[in-house]
Amino acid sequence: MSTIEERVKKIIIEQLGVKEEEVKSEASFENDLGADSLDTVELVMALEEEFETEIPDEEAEKIKTVQAAIDYVTNHAND
Amino acid sequence: MFSRIAGTGHYLPEQCLTNAMLEQRVDTTHDWIVERTGIHQRHIASNGENAATMAVAAARQALAAAETDIAEIDLIVVATTSGDRAFPSVACEVQAALTDENIPAFDVAAACSGFIFAMSVADQYIRSGTYRSVLVIGTDVLSRLCRPDDRNTIVLFGDGAGAVVLQASNVPGIESTHLHSAGEFADLLGVNHPQRRESDHAEALSEAWMYMKGNEVFKVAVSKLSELVNETLVANGLTPDDLDWLVPHQANLRIIKATAKKLKMPMSQVVTTLADTGNTSAASVPIALDVAVRDGRIQRGHKLLLEAFGGGFAWGSALITY
Repeated sequence: MSTIEERVKKIIIEQLGVKEEEVKSEASFENDLGADSLDTVELVMALEEEFETEIPDEEAEKIKTVQAAIDYVTNHAND
Repeated sequence: MFSRIAGTGHYLPEQCLTNAMLEQRVDTTHDWIVERTGIHQRHIASNGENAATMAVAAARQALAAAETDIAEIDLIVVATTSGDRAFPSVACEVQAALTDENIPAFDVAAACSGFIFAMSVADQYIRSGTYRSVLVIGTDVLSRLCRPDDRNTIVLFGDGAGAVVLQASNVPGIESTHLHSAGEFADLLGVNHPQRRESDHAEALSEAWMYMKGNEVFKVAVSKLSELVNETLVANGLTPDDLDWLVPHQANLRIIKATAKKLKMPMSQVVTTLADTGNTSAASVPIALDVAVRDGRIQRGHKLLLEAFGGGFAWGSALITY
């Protein structure tokens, strides 16, 4: 069973088409991983699907880095 | 009784607005527009054109393709939200231009999904045996409803019209149509009419332009279209492998790619025109359909999935054996 961190990173790699070594915790989707605003929307949708959760728009706007995505999913894993 | 597509046609205005021209007008770049939308240019109606004149041009082409005389048409349904008048309808203008017969003609307003809604209405009339031949047109001049300095909207919308002639047939044709609306999303995408109440006259006039929260529309569109294509296939007992062509509403290449991915269809089986046309609203699906019929990609017997999503929100699909 993969950890949340591994699953989140796998989704980021798939959605943004980036290499595993680029997906560092502090990496910003838009500044470091070449994502635009629609990429981040699709990324949030992929996270919602993978973790069977709904991420409200105001929360989704705050998910700008790899770590923020991992933290959000970790904190809402038992919702 | 079923309805089948006997002929298709479309019209695009001659003058084009390219991304390079938009760079001169507002703060944007060709690369930014292409990466987020896939659009390279749009066709823009001239001052002498409107939703009705474009609709008539598309209709004449569809009638010719169907080898059908206007005298055989029992009903005209026009999908539009950008007619010159509140009333008479665009459909009545089209009727006046095409025929002296007093056949019924009315508009259907479902924004970008209008053509699917109009075709579904026409399909019911034919299935019930009420009418045998129906002219269904999607036409819009949404470029005129965008505030000229709003870079969020003017890069997206172009003008045009598309038409089909539907005829009664013993075999389908239109296998099924699926329509949905969700009015609670009105604040995410719309165009206000200039209000005529005295109290808010001046202010409202200045705000009578298109508004759009792009990212939020994108998210709902991708998720609803994914459900919709699945619903359409299940209703017909089909899998994506059974489809020959996806003919999507041409709003945004990223939305189209997301839907194709959901269906596991390669982009080589998806008809796209938006690089050349932008989003032509109710006209986009019939324009794409006609383009692919005329260039020979879509052949008789092919299975087509038509889908659209837009303001309302309103979204819909049609499964068609061409």
